Amino acid sequence: MVFNSPTLSYSLLAPILIILGGALIGVLIEAFVGKARRPIVQLSVALASLVLALIQVIRIRELSSTTAAMGSVVIDGPGLLFQGAILIIAIISIFLIADQDNFTSSAAALPGSDEERQATQSGTVLTEIYPLTLFAVAGMLLFPVSSDLITLFVALEVLSLPLYLMAGLSRHRRLASQEAALKYFLLGAFSSAFFLFGAAYLYGYAGTVSFAGIHAAVVGGTGNDVILLLGIAFVSIGLLFKVGAVPFHAWSPDVYQGAPTPITGFMAAATKVAAFGAMLRIFYTVLAEAQWQWRPFFMVIAIITMIFGSLVAISQRDVKRMLAYSSIAHAGFLLTGVIALNKAGFEASIYYLFAYGVATVGAFGIVTLVRDSSGEVSDLNRWAGLGKRSPWVASAFAFFLLAFAGIPLTSGFIGKFAIFSAAYESGATAVVIVGVLSSAIAAFFYIRVIVLMFFTDATEDGTSVVIPSILTRLTIFISLAVTVALGVFPAPLLDFIKPLAIFIR
Amino acid sequence: MNSANYLYLSALLFTIGAVGVVIRRNAIVVFMCIELMLNAANLSFVTFSRMNGNLEGQVVAFFTMVVAACEVVVGLAIIVTIYRSRRSASVDDANLLKR
Repeated sequence: MVFNSPTLSYSLLAPILIILGGALIGVLIEAFVGKARRPIVQLSVALASLVLALIQVIRIRELSSTTAAMGSVVIDGPGLLFQGAILIIAIISIFLIADQDNFTSSAAALPGSDEERQATQSGTVLTEIYPLTLFAVAGMLLFPVSSDLITLFVALEVLSLPLYLMAGLSRHRRLASQEAALKYFLLGAFSSAFFLFGAAYLYGYAGTVSFAGIHAAVVGGTGNDVILLLGIAFVSIGLLFKVGAVPFHAWSPDVYQGAPTPITGFMAAATKVAAFGAMLRIFYTVLAEAQWQWRPFFMVIAIITMIFGSLVAISQRDVKRMLAYSSIAHAGFLLTGVIALNKAGFEASIYYLFAYGVATVGAFGIVTLVRDSSGEVSDLNRWAGLGKRSPWVASAFAFFLLAFAGIPLTSGFIGKFAIFSAAYESGATAVVIVGVLSSAIAAFFYIRVIVLMFFTDATEDGTSVVIPSILTRLTIFISLAVTVALGVFPAPLLDFIKPLAIFIR
Repeated sequence: MNSANYLYLSALLFTIGAVGVVIRRNAIVVFMCIELMLNAANLSFVTFSRMNGNLEGQVVAFFTMVVAACEVVVGLAIIVTIYRSRRSASVDDANLLKR
C-alpha cells in the first residue's frame, strides 16, 4: 500500500498556526517566567501573535480561493474576511482582558477563603487568561473556514472549551461566575452532542464528511430525504445554540451576566462572527439546494428570536442581561441575512457581524468602568444620572446603544438597512416586517437607558466611574472610532467586502 | 444483521441521554448523559460508515473520543470547583443568576 503524505499548505494555515503557537508559548511562560514579569510578557506574546496572524491573513489575500490541508480547510474571500474580523475583535478585546481587575487572583482558591485573600493582596494576577483566549481565537479562526464535518466539530470544541473556563474567572461575585461557567459548559456540551448527531446523519446521507461531497449529494438528490432532514435539523440546533437564537438562548443571559465583563464582550462579539461564519458557509454553499428543507424553519426561528429578544430586554434591570437579550435580538437580525440566501444578504451579514462585534466589545468595555466599592455595578437603576457625573463615559455608552438600535450615522444603521433590504429582495417579506418592528421595540429600551443616564437625577449610593486604565481606554476608543467611521463612511468597507464575498464550494 | 437496527439503538441511546440531561439534577449525572449522547453519535457514525462502505465515519469516531476526553477535563474541573465552593453539585442549587 502506498502512503502519500498530505500537503498542508502551511502558509494558508499560518494565521491559525501562529495563534496556536502563541498560546503554547503562553503556557510555557506560565511555567518559566517569574510572577512579576508574567502579565506584561503574556500580553506582549498574545498581542504579537494576534497582530502577526492578522498580517498573515492580509498577506494571503491574493492566494485565496483555494483549499488547504487536503481540502479540510477552505481559504476563500469570505473565510479570510471572517478571520480578519475575528482577529480585529480579538485585538480590541485583549486590551480589555489585560485590565486584570476583572479576574480572580486565584481561580483554584475557594471564594472568600484566606488563600484567595492572600493571593489578591500579594498582587497575583491570573495570566492564564491569555493562552486561553488565544486557544479560543484559534478555534474561532478555524470554524468558519472548515470544509468538512470533522474539522468543523473539532473547531467548535476548540473555541468552546476555553470559553467555558474563562466564564468562571470573575473576581467579584465568584459564585455567580462559577455558576455561569457550569451552565455554559453543560448547555454547550449538550448542544455539541446535537451537532455531532446531526453531523452523523449528514455523513450517512452523503457517504462523505467533506462539504463538497455533501453538496454533491444534496444536488444529486438520490439519498434518503429523512436522513438529510434529521441531519440538517440537528446540525442547525448546534449552530443556533452557539449564536443564541430562541429557543436555544437559555444560557446566554446567565452567562453574559455571570462571566467577567471583558470575557462577555469578547465572547459575545467573536463567537458570533465565528458561528455565523460557519453557518453562512454551510447554508449558502452546502445546503443551498436543500433550501426548502431549512429555510421555513429558519424563518420561524428568526421571527421568534427577534420578537423575544426585543421584548424581554425591555423588562431587564441589569445592564449585562439587557445587552444579552439585545444580542439575542441581533442574532435574529443576522438570521435574516442567512435566510436571504443571496449575495447582497451575504455581504450585509459580514458587514453587520463586524460592526456589531466591535460595538459590543466597546459597550462591555464601558460596563467594566462603572463600579462601587464591591466591584462592578450592573444594576441599571444605579446607572441613573451617570451622564452628569461622567459625561464622556455616558456619551460613549449612549453612542454604542444608538449603534445597536440602528440609528443613522452609526454602523448599526447601515448593517440593518443592508441586511433587511437583502432579505426583502429574496422575498422574505414577513421576516423583514417583523425585523423592522422589533428594531423599533429594541430602540425603545436602548433609548430608555440613555434617558436614565442623562435625564434622571442620580441617587447617592456610591456608584462611580473609575478612571479607565490606558488599556481599557484603548479598547473603548478604537471601538468608538470604528463604529463612527463605519457609520459615516460605510462605502470603503462595503466595497472591500464585495469582491471577496464569494464562497468557493 | 440489518445495520439499520444499530441506527435505532443509537437514536434510543441519544434520546435516553437527552432526557437524562433534562430531568436529572446532579451535574455529574447530567454530564454523563451528555457523554452518552456523544457515544450515541459515535455509534451512528460507525454504522453509517459500514453502510456507506468507507472509513471516514470511523475516523470521526476517533476524533469524537479525543474531543470527549478534553471535554471531561474541562467539565470535571468546573463541576469540582462548584462543588468545593457550594458543597453541592446539584444544578438546581445553582440559581444566583436571574433578575
